[in-house]
Amino acid sequence: MSAYAMAVAGSEPFLERAPLLLRDAFVQLLPAPTQWLVHHLITIVAILAVFGLFFAFTTIAERKLLGRLQNRRGPNRTGVPQFSILPWRFKHTLFGLSQPFADAVKALTKEDIVPAAADKLLHFLAPVLVVAFSLLTFAVLPFGRNLIPVELDSALLYFFAAGSATELTIFMAGWASRNKYSLLAAMRALAQVISYELPLMLSVVPVVLVAGSLSTREIALAQGGWTFGIIPHWNVFTPWGFAGFLLFLVAALAESNRSPFDLPEAESELVAGHLTEYSGFKYALFFMAEYFGLTALSGLGITIFLGGWQAPVPFLGFVPSYAWFMLKLVGMIGFFIWVRGTLLRLRIDQLTRLAWQFIVPLALINLLNAAFWSLTRDWTGALQLVRWVISAAIVVGPFVLLGRKLNAGRAPRTYRYATS
Amino acid sequence: MTLALILLSVLILGSAIVALSLRNLIHSALLLVACWAGIAAFYLWAGAEFVAFAQGLVYVGAISMVVLFAVLLTRQGTASEPLGFASWQRFILALVAGGGVAGILVGAVLGTPLTVTTPGPVPVLTVKQIGAQLMGPHVVALLVVGILLTVSLLGAVVLAAEENVKSPEDEV
Amino acid sequence: MSPLQLCLLLSSLLFCVGLVAAMARSNAILVLLGVELMLNAANINFIAFWRYGPNPEAGTGVLFVLFSIAVAAAEAAVGLALVIAVYRHQKTIRLASINRLKG
Repeated sequence: MSAYAMAVAGSEPFLERAPLLLRDAFVQLLPAPTQWLVHHLITIVAILAVFGLFFAFTTIAERKLLGRLQNRRGPNRTGVPQFSILPWRFKHTLFGLSQPFADAVKALTKEDIVPAAADKLLHFLAPVLVVAFSLLTFAVLPFGRNLIPVELDSALLYFFAAGSATELTIFMAGWASRNKYSLLAAMRALAQVISYELPLMLSVVPVVLVAGSLSTREIALAQGGWTFGIIPHWNVFTPWGFAGFLLFLVAALAESNRSPFDLPEAESELVAGHLTEYSGFKYALFFMAEYFGLTALSGLGITIFLGGWQAPVPFLGFVPSYAWFMLKLVGMIGFFIWVRGTLLRLRIDQLTRLAWQFIVPLALINLLNAAFWSLTRDWTGALQLVRWVISAAIVVGPFVLLGRKLNAGRAPRTYRYATS
Repeated sequence: MTLALILLSVLILGSAIVALSLRNLIHSALLLVACWAGIAAFYLWAGAEFVAFAQGLVYVGAISMVVLFAVLLTRQGTASEPLGFASWQRFILALVAGGGVAGILVGAVLGTPLTVTTPGPVPVLTVKQIGAQLMGPHVVALLVVGILLTVSLLGAVVLAAEENVKSPEDEV
Repeated sequence: MSPLQLCLLLSSLLFCVGLVAAMARSNAILVLLGVELMLNAANINFIAFWRYGPNPEAGTGVLFVLFSIAVAAAEAAVGLALVIAVYRHQKTIRLASINRLKG
C-alpha cells in the first residue's frame, strides 16, 4: 500500500504511475458502490488483454523463430485485406503478423467433435478449467513497481497451489476422452509434471530463504541496488542463485511440457497425447493454457532470479519498471523457443531419472548453499571472496561428481547408422 | 460475511454429500476436490491465508492425484456392481448412526453458551509470525512431522512397489 | 446465531457426512476419503476457534491445522498404498470380500 500511496502522491516518474492513474481516472467516473468491483475488473481485463495478445504474438514468434532455426521462413503470408490500410495495394502481408488471428478464426469455426463414449461434462470442463487455473497464477506476479494484481503475504505458496491445479485438468482430459491412449498419455504427462514439481519448488526455496519472505513484491524489492554501480544485486548473479536459476529453467521446461521434455504430446511419435480427442476451439484452449503456464513460470523466474522489474543498469532507471519486466519476459520466451529449436526430445526413463537422480539432489545441495550464503551475510573484504569461492565450490563440486557418477557406463553415446 | 459463510457451507456440504454417494469413483474424487477447494475458501474467509494455500497445494495438488492414481491402478474407473440387500442394510444403519452423531453434535453446538459472540476484526497472522512459531516453540513437532512424512513416503513406496520388477535395461 | 456457531455446525455436519461414507460404502478408497473428510472437519473447528477465540495472535489453531494437513497427506499416501497392495493380492478392494483372516 505504501508503494501505491507513493505512486499516487507523485514522487515517481509519470510513466511509472501512468497505468494506475488511468485506472483511477476511469474508476472515478462510476458511482461509488461499484468502484471496488470495477477496480478489480479493470485489473482482470488488463491481464487478459495484455497476456492474451502476448500469447498471440508468442505463437507467431515461435513459428517464425523455429522456421529460421530450421532454415525456412515460417508463416509470412497472412496479412490484412486490401481495403484496410492502403487502398492501392492488392494485399498487405505484414510479414505474416496477423497469423494468430487467422488461427483463432480457424479454431473457432472448426467442428467440435466429442467422442460418443466420452464423459460429456468432464470433456467440456477440462479445457475451460485449464485456462482458468493457468490464468490464476498471474494474480501474484509483480509486473512493475506498483503493478501487482493481488498483494499476498504468501504469494509463492499461492502460485504453486494454483499451478498444481492444472494437473487435475490433464487427468480430466485424458480420462473423459474414454480412449485408452489418451488415458495412458495423461498418466505419462502426470508422472512428468509431478516429478518436476518437486525440483521446481526446491529451486525456488533458496530464494525464499535468503529474501526471508514468500511475497513476490518483497523478493523483487530485495534485488534492488548495484555493486560497483554496474553489477545488479539480482539473485542470478550469486553462485546459489545461478545454480537455482539453471535448475528452475530445466524444471520449468518440463513443467510446461516444452521441448526437450514435450513427451506428453510428442507430435512425431504420439498423436497428441491426452489431447487426442480434442478438436477445434477446445484444443486451442489447451494450447493457450500451455502458453499461459509458460509465461507465468517465466514471470516467476524473472521475479525471483532476474531481479523482477528492476532495471539492469542504474542510468536506465528512467525506463518504467513494467517495460523492463516485459522485456525480460520476451527474452525468457525467446530462450525457450531457442531451446525448442536446438535440443532433442528425451525418453521417458531419461526424463524421470534426470529429475530424481540429478536435479532433486542438486536442488537440495543448493538449499544448503543458500543457507551458507545467508549465514555469512556479514563477511566483508577478503572474507567476501572466500564466501564466493566456497559457495561456488558447493555448486560446481556436486554437479561434476554427480554428473560423472550418473554418466558412468552411459556416455559417450554411439550411433549406428544404416549403411547402404 | 455470514452470507458468504452460508454459501460456502452449502457448497462444501453439497459437494461432499454428492461425492460420497456417487457410484462412479472418478466423479466422486473430482467432486471431493471441489469440496476441498471449498474448505480452502473457508480458510481464506476466516483469514488463515497461509493455511488456505497449504490446503490447496496439499489436497488439490497432491492428495487428489494420489487418489485418482489409486482409482485407476485398482481398475475402479468404471465399476458398477449391483446394489445388494446387504449394502442397503448397511447404508441405512450408517445413516441412523451418522444422524445420531449429527443430532448430538448439533445439539451440543446450539446448546453451549459460547463466550465469543461478537466477531472481532480478522486477526492478521503473517508468514513471518507463523515461521517464527514453527521454528521456535513448535520446532520439535516440525521435526517429528518431517520424520513422519519421510517414513510414510518410504512406507508407501515399499507397500505399493511390485515385487520382482524387471526394469527394461535388465532384459537386454 | 453467531458465525462461530455456523462454523461449528458446518464442521459437525461435514464430520457426519464423512462418518456415514466411512460406514456405508464398501469401496476401500471411498472409506479412506470419508476419513479424510472427517479430518478436514476437525481442521475447520481449529480455524473457527482460532478466528473467534480469545487469543488469535498466538496462531495455535493455524499451526495445528498445518501439522494436521501434513499428517493427512501421510495418511492418504500410506492408506492408498495399502489399498493398491491389497488389490494386487486379492484383485478386489471391496471391504466385505477382504475377509481371509476371518475365523
